[in-house]
Amino acid sequence: MTNEAVPAGNGQAGKVMTLAGVVGELRSGMTIGIGGWGSRRKPMALVRELAASALSDLTIVSYGGPDVGLLVAAGKVRRVVTGFVSLDSIPLEPHFRHARQRGAIELTELDEGMLHWGLLAAAHRLPFLPMRAGLGSDVLRVNPNLRKVRSPYADGEEFVAVPALTLDAAFVHMNQADARGNGQYLGPDPYFDDLYCLAAGRAYMSCERIVPTSELTKAGPLQSLLINRAMVAGVVETPNGAHFTSCAPDYDRDEAFQARYARSAASPQAWEDFRAAFLSDGEAGYQAAVARFSSGAVDPAGAAEARA
Amino acid sequence: MTGTEATLAEICVVACAEAWRGDGALVASPMGLIPTLGARLAQLTFEPDLLITDGEATLLAPAGISDDGGQQDDSQPSEGRVTEGWLPFRQVFTMLAAGRRHVMMGASQLDQFGNQNISCIGDWARPKAQLLGVRGAPGNTVNHPVSYWLPRHTRRVLVDQVDMVSGVGYDRAAGLGSRAARFHELRRVVTNLAVLDFGSHDHSMRLRSVHPGVTVSDVAEATGFLLAAPYQVPQTRLPTAAEMALIRDHLDPQSRRDQELA
Repeated sequence: MTNEAVPAGNGQAGKVMTLAGVVGELRSGMTIGIGGWGSRRKPMALVRELAASALSDLTIVSYGGPDVGLLVAAGKVRRVVTGFVSLDSIPLEPHFRHARQRGAIELTELDEGMLHWGLLAAAHRLPFLPMRAGLGSDVLRVNPNLRKVRSPYADGEEFVAVPALTLDAAFVHMNQADARGNGQYLGPDPYFDDLYCLAAGRAYMSCERIVPTSELTKAGPLQSLLINRAMVAGVVETPNGAHFTSCAPDYDRDEAFQARYARSAASPQAWEDFRAAFLSDGEAGYQAAVARFSSGAVDPAGAAEARA
Repeated sequence: MTGTEATLAEICVVACAEAWRGDGALVASPMGLIPTLGARLAQLTFEPDLLITDGEATLLAPAGISDDGGQQDDSQPSEGRVTEGWLPFRQVFTMLAAGRRHVMMGASQLDQFGNQNISCIGDWARPKAQLLGVRGAPGNTVNHPVSYWLPRHTRRVLVDQVDMVSGVGYDRAAGLGSRAARFHELRRVVTNLAVLDFGSHDHSMRLRSVHPGVTVSDVAEATGFLLAAPYQVPQTRLPTAAEMALIRDHLDPQSRRDQELA
């Protein structure tokens, strides 16, 4: 990483942490929000570290992709709060699917917009926000704790009272950040990453690279500075850290590897093979194994599975 | 593609395009390839004010549109498209709630009143098949016009009762009262067999036209509920020569559209 001298007299220490340092601050049973969307700009290095940890019983709030699937497969999850779980180019997340069909996880199924509204309510420290979405649908049937609220004004209209989705911790991934916690996305969509940070007691931002603060506005417009340092507790530099999800413009989704990941849901043995091949040796080990996979070197687990 | 006869996929593209006729400057959100081709065809022809994204956050306009909004050359649009705006998900949600959108979704199950399921099959608590989840269907259906595209019109899809109401149908909307339901509108359903709408007096699904070679009894046979139909059911309109050329030469020269019906 690039070292940057903190300006004299500022007094603000850097927030650079390691993956292990971040996960070391978390506890079993916590509610963790994960930024990005589907299989796009997910903080996968942090997710992998969490998957390899001893933590359990987590509630995950996410526009779900392989973050949810990986944590479910690793047995870390008690409940998922989401509107969908998808790998985008592979519409159904296979690990999430299996877990639901086995009854292995609990689900709070919300409309996509309700998830947004719940994060916004939490960020604003409101108990709920009113919304039309959900009315008439079975979202109200499968979430019996959801309440309605009547407008106190002349219209008297009734809405769903979307409860705040307050998080213990949040993970987001940016293209660039400085050591103090200012973060920048350079792709097409900010998703809801700023709201995840503000909805959380402590937010952790991974990034492709840590750069001097003065470099941020050279890489993109002012509006790309989505995360400011009041929003985050820690910054982790994780090159290729959103892999195999997309992190435009640094890289696109790794479709070949995503397909390899999806095949790991075929059986308990297939998952064990995937875990052993890619997730057993930390983030550096993961990136090295991915490099071997991408170069066409033999993937013993994948080859065995292809024969099966 | 050299034949002069329109293929089923091309007829479906045009039937999808027709869903957005008259919408003006709304965000058209098509799910699936044939609806996407339909929305783009509508934008290139009879509904030039539609807004369409690249599938992510960039709004793209046909390059043939001039700066003052007029069509520079309506004989043949140029290859490229021009970026005209930014529509990240947070803005999609705001446009949705503002009613400035018309989405065409898929459905794993759709019932007589247009209740749609994309969430799961079987008991929600422990589904036989976990599907996508409700996604934005609950909010879409109570906020702005919604249409559906069903590439496989069968009794497994058009069912008596859906397992999990994701998108809200007319009977459920009526139960909300006229004020809460005032933005609910299911526009049309396009399938591989027919075009349907909810124009019956009780808003139950009604057969509007059958595609060439399909009979009314074929459609009734493939539908899991009693379908309203007028005495004479017309044939779905065929693409014009200009529409065929746009689909074949400009929008989908690789003929990927046929795979969605395979």
